[in-house]
Amino acid sequence: MARVRNLSSTSVRTNGSEKGAATKAATSSAITRPSADWEPIPLNVRKAYKMYVGGAFIRSESGRYLQVAETMVRGERGKKENIPRGSRKDARDAVLAAHAAWGGWSKRAANNRGQILYRLGEMMDARSAELERSLEKGGSKADDAVREVRAAIDRTISFAGWCDKYQSLFASLNPVGGPHFDFTIPESLGVVVIAAPRRPALLGLVGAILPVIAGGNSCIVLASEDDPRTAITFAEALATSDMPGGVVNILTGHVKEMLVPLARHQEVAGLDLHGVDAALAREVGDLGADTVKRVRVRSLSPEKWFDHEATTSPLLIERFIELKTIWHPSGA
Amino acid sequence: MAAKTQRVSPASATRSSSTSGRAKAPKPAPQSSRRPKASTSRAIVPAYPTANGHSSSTELGLAFGSAWTYAPAPESADHVQIQKRYELFIGGKWQKPLSGKYFDTISPSTEEKLAEIAEADERDVDRAVTAAREAFDRYWAPMRPIDRAKYIYRIARQLQEKAREMAIVESMDGGKPIKESRDVDIPLAANHFFYYAGWADKLQYAFPGTKVRPLGVAGQVIPWNFPLLMAAWKIAPALACGNTVVLKPAETTPLTALLLAKICEEADLPPGVVNIVTGAGKTGQAIVSHDDVDKVAFTGSTAVGKRIQKALAGTHKKLTLELGGKAANIVFDDAPLDQAVEGIVGGIYFNQGHVCCAGSRLLVQEGVHDVVIQKLRDRMANLRVGDPLDKNTDVGAINSRMQLEKIRELVESGEREGAERYSAPCALPQKGFWFSPTFFTQVSQSHRIAREEIFGPVLSVITFRTPDEAIEKANNTMYGLSAGIWTDKGSKIFDVAQKLRAGVVWANTFNKFDPTSPFGGYKESGFGREGGRQGLMAYLEAE
Repeated sequence: MARVRNLSSTSVRTNGSEKGAATKAATSSAITRPSADWEPIPLNVRKAYKMYVGGAFIRSESGRYLQVAETMVRGERGKKENIPRGSRKDARDAVLAAHAAWGGWSKRAANNRGQILYRLGEMMDARSAELERSLEKGGSKADDAVREVRAAIDRTISFAGWCDKYQSLFASLNPVGGPHFDFTIPESLGVVVIAAPRRPALLGLVGAILPVIAGGNSCIVLASEDDPRTAITFAEALATSDMPGGVVNILTGHVKEMLVPLARHQEVAGLDLHGVDAALAREVGDLGADTVKRVRVRSLSPEKWFDHEATTSPLLIERFIELKTIWHPSGA
Repeated sequence: MAAKTQRVSPASATRSSSTSGRAKAPKPAPQSSRRPKASTSRAIVPAYPTANGHSSSTELGLAFGSAWTYAPAPESADHVQIQKRYELFIGGKWQKPLSGKYFDTISPSTEEKLAEIAEADERDVDRAVTAAREAFDRYWAPMRPIDRAKYIYRIARQLQEKAREMAIVESMDGGKPIKESRDVDIPLAANHFFYYAGWADKLQYAFPGTKVRPLGVAGQVIPWNFPLLMAAWKIAPALACGNTVVLKPAETTPLTALLLAKICEEADLPPGVVNIVTGAGKTGQAIVSHDDVDKVAFTGSTAVGKRIQKALAGTHKKLTLELGGKAANIVFDDAPLDQAVEGIVGGIYFNQGHVCCAGSRLLVQEGVHDVVIQKLRDRMANLRVGDPLDKNTDVGAINSRMQLEKIRELVESGEREGAERYSAPCALPQKGFWFSPTFFTQVSQSHRIAREEIFGPVLSVITFRTPDEAIEKANNTMYGLSAGIWTDKGSKIFDVAQKLRAGVVWANTFNKFDPTSPFGGYKESGFGREGGRQGLMAYLEAE
């Protein structure tokens, strides 16, 4: 913000000054110093925040946006930034993208899924400063932001390891009578819609996404309304992590506006509602019942999200898988 | 329908009048009049009847009939005592319904009344839930797990000891052949109690790394197709996990659940641990919407399941649903065809097709379509439809008039929409509810008979060319309960089984159940599993 003010004062002064100063400004490749209080910092380039759907960063098809305020970060006063306000159509497009990605993701070798999640952890670590800054802009204290980003990276590494291990925990060999070899295996469910918790904006988001995609599902995440910027910054880590496009789709805007049409959508198999208020959870659960969706409601306190042991339980993966029992013949 | 399939047995009238003697249970009907010589209706099996169900005039083919007759083999019902009236089993006592109302349960094979059954209203359900809550707090939750196990073992043993009586009552009340209730329903129900009894003191090992606790009071609503077996599937895991239950059997088949209540009473199960309340849909609604119920388990139609899920949205009640199905039974051209035909018949005509996981869509690879259909007709010509209590009966009575009408309506839609109907040429008794085993060829995927659950002995035959096409067609349904694969190639079984979106896949077999084997659906066939270690999940909170 400070830079913005300087820029406008610069241009005013440049226009109003005599020829010599203008010439100096034009010939120097660096920025001129028209007055004593002007700082010689190159003009920063602002980021246009975009939603992440099908591996691409997109604006809302509706052209609508929300403005998110920035709190004072490192001595700079907050300004407003534009965040896409996703629409019903965006939600439907995201379902198409997620459904298209699900087949390939679920058929990938489990070990390979784990490596991709590990790669995501690497990308998050490399971007930790950016993620921390985003959290701070969203209202976190500096120390808390550092702690949250570290915890989110830990969570990612932990679930990377789960990708090829939960199967043997959920599966069973069933000692049935008769000439059959009978066993039960977990399979992915399909497209899961996640309403991410409002806080912690990064750890809650990551902690909700990981068990769903580790289980071979694809997902559509409705970012926290309190801090949607962080979700988008996280999407940038996703985009560089070898994660196939469409496995994780992140929409920003008003959660309710997108959650309701998604709860109705035939291709959505599960709903994971974190910290959604009771009336909306009821409405969405009611709509989801029309297609017998798996609706899970979960409300963790912000501090509970930091409990690494509790939040890396394989039971969280189990919430969005199917179990298939196969009776294979035995005999000559 | 009956008239359309020719060869109505001249003796069928005799049979129905004689079966009425059986309905007044303990009295055994005289052997000679109970069932006519089966051979009269089966003497000449039409060789290859034409598609419209009429036999060709040339009597070629498998003439088992005259050479191979069956004498009537009725199961004697003389030691079975059915009371005139049954009250509600609440808090360990038989209590008159506050509603003051009773309804009749009839035998679908004779249409004769078997008993009067109490109809529970909301107040009765409230009494039952209160009793269950009290039993949970006072007896069942604090009890040593090994003692819980021993109680459940007691129930299992009692079921085995009363197996014969149970099988007869099941066949009388529900219409299923005695050989199925005797060899499938009752042993499986007893085994289910045996299996889950053993889990009661081992729950901490079921989900390592987690702490488990019971949920509290389970409200359970079950259907009429496997009355006692479904009660076992619901009650056994609930009790093993430390919950108490309020169970409502279906209104057309309440008797075996009430006999099970008697077993609980005789086993000295603490009062209120198992409560059986009888009634129709309203009673069920009162159970699932009761505030003090912690868990709802429902098996039944998808339409009702959706209503329950809606009613429970936003509440903290845990829910499992086992709903309808439209299973694909896929026969590849390398399948052992004779075995497959047995499996097709077992898949759809077992229990008159009143099976949620019935193989009601037969997908046949084009190259073997004609021969499979031919073999299917041969086999169906030898299906014995009739008296559920006759040990030779393959296909019994349709469970109720309402269900019979639903089957007829869907079959008529199949004919109207242009599919070709074939019904087995068997005699049907005059009294009772009957439907001849039927299949349709020339079925397109858009036909109602290919999309809707018929829940009757009606098969829709669809063809395919490649495995991919079979998988696509098999998965092209809102349901996902079960599927069948017939092939001689093991690797193909694994590959296709993994691509089918269904909770249970049978390969070179069909309609097999086992207490150790988790059962339940994908998609709109519901969620949650019954059977096996995974079946415990529905009745525990794990943290």
